[in-house]
Amino acid sequence: MDSPAGLHAVAAPHAGLQARAWQVLEAVTDPEIPVVTLRELGILRDVRTAADGVLEVVITPTYSGCPAMGQIEDDVRAVMQREGLEARVVTQLAPAWTTDWITEAAREKLRAYGIAPPGRCSTSAAAGLAGSAGAPSALLRFASPRPGQQATVPCPRCGSGNTTETSHFGSTACKALYRCLNCMEPFDHFKPY
Amino acid sequence: MNSAAVSPADYLLLLADNALILGQRNAEWCGHGPILEEDIAMANISLDLVGQARLLYQHAAALRNDGSTEDTLAYFRNEPEFGNLTLVELPHQTALAGTARGDRDYAVTIARNFLYSAFMALLWERLQQSTDETLAAIAVKSLKETRYHLRHSRDWLVRLGDGTAESAQRMQAALNHLMPYTQEFWAVHPAEAAAAASGLGVDPRLLQADWEALVADGVAEAQLQLPPASGFVPTGKRGVHSEHMGFLLAEMQSVARAHPQGQW
Repeated sequence: MDSPAGLHAVAAPHAGLQARAWQVLEAVTDPEIPVVTLRELGILRDVRTAADGVLEVVITPTYSGCPAMGQIEDDVRAVMQREGLEARVVTQLAPAWTTDWITEAAREKLRAYGIAPPGRCSTSAAAGLAGSAGAPSALLRFASPRPGQQATVPCPRCGSGNTTETSHFGSTACKALYRCLNCMEPFDHFKPY
Repeated sequence: MNSAAVSPADYLLLLADNALILGQRNAEWCGHGPILEEDIAMANISLDLVGQARLLYQHAAALRNDGSTEDTLAYFRNEPEFGNLTLVELPHQTALAGTARGDRDYAVTIARNFLYSAFMALLWERLQQSTDETLAAIAVKSLKETRYHLRHSRDWLVRLGDGTAESAQRMQAALNHLMPYTQEFWAVHPAEAAAAASGLGVDPRLLQADWEALVADGVAEAQLQLPPASGFVPTGKRGVHSEHMGFLLAEMQSVARAHPQGQW
């Protein structure tokens, strides 16, 4: 391994490149939800310089089977190439992506776009999970929310909390289908993951 | 096969084959779902399963370091080389000859997804502590997905079981048909024994009591009878499959084999 002094000597010229890469990547949006960027969604994890001096853009998959991941990789590669930045795209599994990484600004953009943003995983796991009477408590972590115990998902159009889930799975794996019982509009909910 | 002949990759292949084959089976509903929302749900569940299989095959290929890839493992292995549970390869009908045709029964689909995802939720939860960092990372992701699969199938189990006389009768028949196949969960394969010993994997028998409680809880809420898991213990894990497996593989593998190295 290089001495700390040697590392600094190498890292300094790359710092500018990395900053530029972050800037360039800020323009890359999610292929399915074009109002939010990969960084805002927490998919873009890092831009670093590998031992061979090449820039590495680190992304993490959302759902294991999300078909957008291939497109995301292509989009990242294309924008880097267009800007004349040589880079590798590295996919990293751990730590696993969670919707808790979606920024506050992105949550607001999702809402404005008509998608109810996800609740916090930590709280939604604790709130609203209960089995039927008599279920061993150790198994409650897998049980479905009971009516009335489910976390409220406010309608992104009228803001009413009077909404109901119509399907666990929506147009993509990351979303569920909801309907507002006040304004009657159907809407997507980005599921806590 | 004795334990000296198994490698960590063999354990990963057991997990991967289950995910791939059930993903392939569930995907048969794509465009044929009983209602639009369920068509979409089953396609999404299949995508998750095939995605999990891909991550596991990629990792197994890396460990094998013998030139295999996720594609060679999925498309160019033959039936006896697949170690999936017999449960996941069965068609969406109650007892049916391999060459016969019949309407798919959504009750069978739901019963299988319920029995399997209850098992996998417990297994992924434990595998988060695998000594293999990549498998642990795959487990963290897969558990998030499997929770939704379990929730989905359990809700439909209750809706159909506690539904009309017709839906309850079909849900019960599906459970009666599939329950004996779950015995294979607990029939320890040498690769599972070796993986449990090394910390890579888990002895499935450790999950049995929790699985039985999870299943009994769902079946009771669905107002159904819990059928016994008895009789012949299936042998899919050991590569000895049902008559349905060959047909499934033929459909899944034929394009890749007709056009090896094909790109599009």
